[in-house]
Amino acid sequence: MGCIIAIPKPRHAETCGRIVNLDILTYMRPVAIIGIGKTAFGAFPDRDLRSLAVEAVEHALSDANVSAATVQAFYLGNFAGPAFVGQNHLAPYVGAATGFDGIPCTRLEDACASGGSAFFHAWMSVAAGMYDLVVAAGVEKMTSQSTPRVTEILAGAGDMAGEGRAGATFPALFAMIARRHMYQYGTTREQLAAVSVKNHANGAKNPLAHMRKVITLEQAMAGKPIAEPLTVYDCSLISDGAAAVVIVPLEQAARHTSRYARVKAVAQTSDRVALDSKSDITEFPAVKSAGQKAYAMAGIGPENIDVAELHDCFTIAEVIASEDLGFVAKGQGGPFAAAGCTAINGRIPINTSGGLKAKGHPVGATGVGQLCDVVLQLRGDAGERQVPRHRIGLTQNLGGSGATCVVTILEAA
Amino acid sequence: MKTGPSGRVYTEAIVHSPPEQFAADAPYQLAIVDLDTGGRMTVRVLGKEQEDRVRIGDQVVFVEDKDGVAYYRKQ
Repeated sequence: MGCIIAIPKPRHAETCGRIVNLDILTYMRPVAIIGIGKTAFGAFPDRDLRSLAVEAVEHALSDANVSAATVQAFYLGNFAGPAFVGQNHLAPYVGAATGFDGIPCTRLEDACASGGSAFFHAWMSVAAGMYDLVVAAGVEKMTSQSTPRVTEILAGAGDMAGEGRAGATFPALFAMIARRHMYQYGTTREQLAAVSVKNHANGAKNPLAHMRKVITLEQAMAGKPIAEPLTVYDCSLISDGAAAVVIVPLEQAARHTSRYARVKAVAQTSDRVALDSKSDITEFPAVKSAGQKAYAMAGIGPENIDVAELHDCFTIAEVIASEDLGFVAKGQGGPFAAAGCTAINGRIPINTSGGLKAKGHPVGATGVGQLCDVVLQLRGDAGERQVPRHRIGLTQNLGGSGATCVVTILEAA
Repeated sequence: MKTGPSGRVYTEAIVHSPPEQFAADAPYQLAIVDLDTGGRMTVRVLGKEQEDRVRIGDQVVFVEDKDGVAYYRKQ
């Protein structure tokens, strides 16, 4: 005689043919970001990778009112420190300089989503009950290399046995994506340029942005070609910089600060690395599934998001992310941006920080930097670029041509 | 992925800012080609003149494999 054990039926949400088990949330602790810290993003010839990372972490610890000695684990996102600056073993290298005391220090590499991945893993460690005070940071030091060498290092985030061997750069991969999006949906050069103009206008209001320069549509249209149809004004910047956040269980957040943000959801997903292995390159399945998982975890939809930082490594990437995350219908991201719907006072303000285009894109730092920028908005501290409604914010961090995606949804305290 | 004798351009881009190792080749056109034998592949388009450039939907044929790079040209 066997005994029958009644197992409660899990609540499931369908996402892109995959399943999210929402019951996991009943076992995991809610988490809050209690501190944020960023360096300026830019070209800093007299700064090394470690000093940038230490500065960001120290800002975040100070913002959270905690000391380095109380941190229990450290997750560092970095794409290519070994290639850019010849230094490996980066997490303890930065951790020891920050004053962390013998704790686990781990580097995560997921191309341009390394920062998002560091945050995802840091969040898991607190949500799972392993630690009560964790720092997630990201850093990249890129400007000590020539542009052709940077281009080559970045190309390593693609499939070097296929597209890389043929001479594909990241601008080229996204140029091919843009060309196909134009072909299928009628997206225009003007619409892409409008994304660049908007992000430059926002970046000009951000004191920590790499490029604080307003540009006109005419300038953006007449940019030097990098990979046709993309010009220099469609491409994010090569930057140095670092960002960090401090996280704790939500129930402990108020002990440290009243200015915390609740992590309502975070999802990391993956897809094939090579662009030519995807069936439709005008969308990113990893972005769609990360978005759907995050919305299901948060119990909300895209219509509830007040402000978003999206991964505009290229203007077309912001357009596609706005579609994949449900802010606008598929194929309509270009007209949506050109109509001003993504401006600071638009329907869904996107990249109020200036985005990767104007704020800068130190690749390993970007995912964590986006979180800092959204927390700033949720706190109402974004100054000239403050959005009017700021209760719920979203970040989307993309690796490669869509092989990693991390989407996070935050809520003001 | 193996090269095929012919295919159709799925998408394309012209690279002006190359990685270090391909600096001498720029500007060059890349294309993702749907091969008639099946599968999809990233290739180089042969030639630098305007009339050599391909567009989405163009038929292309295999020319040669040079240092592991597959070259195709407009049919």
